[in-house]
Amino acid sequence: MNQMIKKVLLLGSGALKIGEAGEFDYSGSQALKALKEEGVETILINPNIATVQTSEGVADQIYYLPVTPYFVERVIEKERPQGILLSFGGQTALNCGVELHKSGVLEKYNVQVLGTPVKAIIDTEDRELFVQRLDEIGVKTIKSQACENMEEACKAAKELGYPVIIRAAYALGGLGSGFCDNEEELRRLAEKAFSFSPQVLVEKSLKGWKEIEYEVVRDRFDNCITVCNMENFDPLGIHTGESIVIAPSQTLTNSEYHKLRALAIKIIRHIGIIGECNVQYAFDPESEDYRVIEVNARLSRSSALASKATGYPLAFVAAKLGLGYGLFDLKNSVTKTTTAFFEPALDYVVCKIPRWDLGKFRGVDRELGSSMKSVGEVMAIGRTFEEAIQKGLRMIGQGMHGFVGNKDFDLEDLDAALQAPTDKRIFVIEKAFLAGYSVDQVHQLTKIDKWFLQKLLNIYNINNDLRQQSLESLCPELLRKAKVYGFTDFQIARALGMEQEMDIEKALLAVRTKRKSLGIIPYVKQIDTLAAEYPAQTNYLYLTYNATAHDVSYEHDKLSIIVLGSGAYRIGSSVEFDWCGVQALNTIRKQGYRSVMINYNPETVSTDYDMCDRLYFDELSFERVLDIIDLESPRGVIVSTGGQIPNNLALKLDHQQVPILGTQAKYIDNAEDRDKFSAMLDRIGVDQPEWSALTSMEDVSDFVKRVGFPVLVRPSYVLSGAAMNVCSNEEELERFLTLAANVSKKHPVVVSKFMQNTKEVEMDAVAQNGEIMAYAISEHIEFAGVHSGDATIQFPAQKLYVETVRRIKKISAQIARELNISGPFNIQYLARENEIKVIECNLRASRSFPFVSKVLKVNLIELATRVMLGLPVKKLEKSFFDFDYVGIKASQFSFNRLQKADPVLGVDMSSTGEVGCLGPDTNSALLLAMLSVGHRIPQKNILLSTGGAKEKASLLDTAKMLREHGYNLYATGGTSRYLKENGVENTLVYWPSEEGLQPQALDLMHEHKIDMVVNIPKDLTTHELTNGYKIRRTAVDRNIPLITNSRLAAAFCNAFCTLKIEDLPIESWSEYK
Amino acid sequence: MKKAILRLQDGTEFSGYCFGAETAVAGEVVFNTAMMGYPESMTDPSYAGQIVVFTYPLVGNYGVPSDECAENGLSRFMEGDKIHVRAIVVGDYSAEFSHWNAKESLDAWMKREGIPGITGIDTRELTKVLREHGVMMGSLVPEGMESPKAQYEGVNFVSQVSCQEVTTYQPTSEPIGKKVVLVDCGVKHNIIRSLLERGVEVIRVPWDYDFNQLDFDALFLANGPGDPETCKPTVDNIRKFLQHPKVRPCMGICMGNQLLAKAAGARIYKLKYGHRSHNQPVRQAGTNRCFITTQNHGYAVDASTMSNDWEPLFENMNDGSNEGVRHKTNPWFSAQFHPEACAGPLDTMFLFDEFVNALKK
Repeated sequence: MNQMIKKVLLLGSGALKIGEAGEFDYSGSQALKALKEEGVETILINPNIATVQTSEGVADQIYYLPVTPYFVERVIEKERPQGILLSFGGQTALNCGVELHKSGVLEKYNVQVLGTPVKAIIDTEDRELFVQRLDEIGVKTIKSQACENMEEACKAAKELGYPVIIRAAYALGGLGSGFCDNEEELRRLAEKAFSFSPQVLVEKSLKGWKEIEYEVVRDRFDNCITVCNMENFDPLGIHTGESIVIAPSQTLTNSEYHKLRALAIKIIRHIGIIGECNVQYAFDPESEDYRVIEVNARLSRSSALASKATGYPLAFVAAKLGLGYGLFDLKNSVTKTTTAFFEPALDYVVCKIPRWDLGKFRGVDRELGSSMKSVGEVMAIGRTFEEAIQKGLRMIGQGMHGFVGNKDFDLEDLDAALQAPTDKRIFVIEKAFLAGYSVDQVHQLTKIDKWFLQKLLNIYNINNDLRQQSLESLCPELLRKAKVYGFTDFQIARALGMEQEMDIEKALLAVRTKRKSLGIIPYVKQIDTLAAEYPAQTNYLYLTYNATAHDVSYEHDKLSIIVLGSGAYRIGSSVEFDWCGVQALNTIRKQGYRSVMINYNPETVSTDYDMCDRLYFDELSFERVLDIIDLESPRGVIVSTGGQIPNNLALKLDHQQVPILGTQAKYIDNAEDRDKFSAMLDRIGVDQPEWSALTSMEDVSDFVKRVGFPVLVRPSYVLSGAAMNVCSNEEELERFLTLAANVSKKHPVVVSKFMQNTKEVEMDAVAQNGEIMAYAISEHIEFAGVHSGDATIQFPAQKLYVETVRRIKKISAQIARELNISGPFNIQYLARENEIKVIECNLRASRSFPFVSKVLKVNLIELATRVMLGLPVKKLEKSFFDFDYVGIKASQFSFNRLQKADPVLGVDMSSTGEVGCLGPDTNSALLLAMLSVGHRIPQKNILLSTGGAKEKASLLDTAKMLREHGYNLYATGGTSRYLKENGVENTLVYWPSEEGLQPQALDLMHEHKIDMVVNIPKDLTTHELTNGYKIRRTAVDRNIPLITNSRLAAAFCNAFCTLKIEDLPIESWSEYK
Repeated sequence: MKKAILRLQDGTEFSGYCFGAETAVAGEVVFNTAMMGYPESMTDPSYAGQIVVFTYPLVGNYGVPSDECAENGLSRFMEGDKIHVRAIVVGDYSAEFSHWNAKESLDAWMKREGIPGITGIDTRELTKVLREHGVMMGSLVPEGMESPKAQYEGVNFVSQVSCQEVTTYQPTSEPIGKKVVLVDCGVKHNIIRSLLERGVEVIRVPWDYDFNQLDFDALFLANGPGDPETCKPTVDNIRKFLQHPKVRPCMGICMGNQLLAKAAGARIYKLKYGHRSHNQPVRQAGTNRCFITTQNHGYAVDASTMSNDWEPLFENMNDGSNEGVRHKTNPWFSAQFHPEACAGPLDTMFLFDEFVNALKK
């Protein structure tokens, strides 16, 4: 180890976004752990306050600051680290590091880049250099032509021959890339790509080739291993982040596998990687021909997946190699006795499946391609491919039960759907089988390897066999076969037609009873990296039916506490719940109990087998959780730290006499079931927006007549406002209700009066036996109507009346008492003047728990877990006035990835991540937070179209201030007129519909003349292809910062007019006292 | 599919389903943790007499390539001229296969060659049993058949798999004008291919053939099955070679390593459950150079029992066992692992280069 290195700076990846998500919390946390073990002092820059890596004790100093060259330099200047790690924070950290290197900052402060040298990074990032370097060793790449302008791009495409693929240089996750079949498509895509990067690459498309990846590790002694290889289910053409991925590869022969492995090693030796890197290949399905697609000289989503798939801690090892160790110095962290210089042998198969949330975006293009749209992923483990993929399809959490047994969906053109894959692609394959398509036919249309299709057909055939039977006639062999190939009790019950006679919940329990009586139960297996060759003490587990014995023996000592994890990251539920889960595990461990985690998200820290005493990397379904409970016979189960998935299991588990820790299931149901909850509020005299439980259209019409539009319509049991909508007129209401009725038949749909110009306030709290022990009241900057997950939130609340706060405290105490809460909970309030109404109450940790805990410097989850464990806790007495600083949580949007989606905020959540920054006042914290989510302080030109009359008025002062600070304002028709009338100088620009008139707003944006767009939609509904949509969409596509909320626009403009970037404090978390 | 039982010597039973030939067989049950390469492994003569358990559960995915031979008589895609394993045990046999180079399914091939397989087995549990108990005898018995008897230890499998007569192979690249005697204790074809590709002529001789009478430039000791104790004549021949006044290069692989070490006076012992995988880490003694290797052996050299003229060349990084030896002054060295891979990683192919370079000197 390099003894000169005493202090190391690690760059995080910032807010979660499409293409850069939780995997970097995992890799960063592992790296910090590795450094800590060596006694190295660690400094972390990451504004993502909800992550585990930014928690107490992980790094020595944490800066919630933007990961941009300016701020990183300031931190370097202050902290003077000897080393910096660039490869653990995704493309954000890597790009920032390369800039710091190029600008000479690293040299100036004598900071050494640990691990892979910057030159090697540049060699892999710059496409031309990359091809050149690989040419030197005779390794084939996809020859692309770097083009600096449109004409060059067209010429290159013509020479290569269509189809071609284009991509923007230096862009993560395939941003601004795509396939073009002709020049028209090329021109459209290239224009966008040029807005992200001055260099666009045109290359020959290899659509239909296999896509194979290797994770490679090299130490400074030139020792190399490939930890894992992976095969994409989808052929080349679909971004690997959008593809189902299988580990290890399934269709490669020994010769192919090792040819590519040897190439991968040759490449990283030549480039000079020290640490971890990922090599992606295109591989001809008809020969051994190959092309190297790319090399990522850093930890990646694939490396996180490979770590989880194999049990080999890539990030941890990479960090140690960065400090100068050799692989031979390190131990295999699973066996603890064998060396880290080895290649894991798997005795199971792993399937990664992406999770999309495209349904949340109006107008979004659903077709999958070479750029990434998925927001999360799951990993399923099985001992048959069928078992793994069926598990995975359930884990995705969008109501699917596996490959078969799902609700039917409409499809216009089967062949077209097979050819042009969407987020539903795999279910389209089932439809094709149903329509009598052969494996060959499906292969022709999809180019998916026949081996995978045959396996899917096997599932389809077993389902058909089951359909010939009843529960009575079903023989043990077929029942076992179905389980071995991944069928759930639910799928079996459905195939047996049991739903016709009884409730499905009853039916699946009947199947369960029968199979248990036949001894058909799942077995627990370890992931031990060596396929049982050596004894391993690993606690990394999964369940399978293709087995006859457990790897684990159980104590049955009632010391196990099971924490249910949060599943796939998706819009509305991501790293914040992982943080909650990890804090719960830590607390359980500290108290001497056995901490047990069930979760299946490979991007998380909670699924790091170091974090708990037993990790079940498996489904969070009722069936699987019950299987694990049967084995563990736990002291209790915690359902309140994993978001909505575990919360929804509470009642069902309770019915099976499972001990739920904390608030009892019936109270959870009382809060979740809107009907029951509202009745309770009425009973205790707490106000709420007028509501009505919908049973018929007439009832609803009567209700709306009474309260008037707009109304908010939502089914119960939802998180992040899924299937929730604001309806402004009769027609919208009717259309939405038909949609919503499909979502949940069991629980009535609730319609409530939608309140405008009202503040939204959040209460995050922990109660014990109905008494509040700690709380945090935070305030949205936007008015109600923006989903709480998208809103900008300040804590402590800065602009609430004392009276309002007092009332909120009082009402919360009443609700806590009434629901006898023991554990974490969150209540959302509306406040106008001092009129307080309750919107909803969740008897679980909310999204904002990590944020308020870290600002408060009190770990609310630790407190809540102590409560749930029945331990004594002290009431927290900390008043608002005790804070000399403010925390601001801002949302990160990924609209740039979601082609065609309208980037407007509403009651449905659309952000993919968040940051939380601290400052001595609202302005500084807000500015830091906004810069952290990709906003820039505008240089000089701002385009305004400020919506309806109210918004126009509310932004008038802001416009005046911008003028005073020398900004040029451009405004569309109404806004321009209004500003002029009020004496604010501006330039009129025309809407896209005002054809022929100059200057056109869109032209200015295309010409990069606008630095920021403020576009406030006129009403609460989104209309596609309106003028506003075009402006918003263009802003996103041209990478121009966009704000669509008047309150946030006012706050942001105020902040950057008041403060300069140099005024912002460079202070670590611990310095805010 | 017909049911079948895998019965171990200690009475443990696993039930599954038949594929391949429906015959009852017995043999030494060993496990292999490689994740691919079943056609190569199954034709590796070192597996003679053994029932091989694949710990990776999905087997058969890419079918089986043609078993055709090149003009020189070496198999094009396999490691021997037939299936040498006695049977295979898998978790989930993939009846359907998909690969451009596949000629038939694994099942069809095994049926043709009369080799049985059993699927639906908890191969992880079986591996744990073998790991705890050590390798043991076992039988694979289709429903309704009798359990056969068999012996492994002490049986001379080498004599069964070795060639019967001397064969000469011409180099497949620019000839360097050197002749290498290759003692065939059960040689994998890729060893021969690897030598021919480096321009040498290979004289393949039977295991007990006294090659010292031939005119040759170097000696190659190939891999082979079973207990090296059964190869006394080979060891005697090697000793003669080592004592010959004219020092010529020698390289050994696997059994060849054991025989060379034996000839140098070392003791050989049986490992509890052997090394059979593609991920065995070895370190070149006294250096920081590490390699991932393919291995398939149940016996090992006790390096401490060698004479002073010899030293360890490679060591296993997991259990410290010896992975190769070399003479301190003469160009004689060997590897316990398989530099020729097939199946497995290609990291140590350079050993063939070193051998041929020594030959050029």
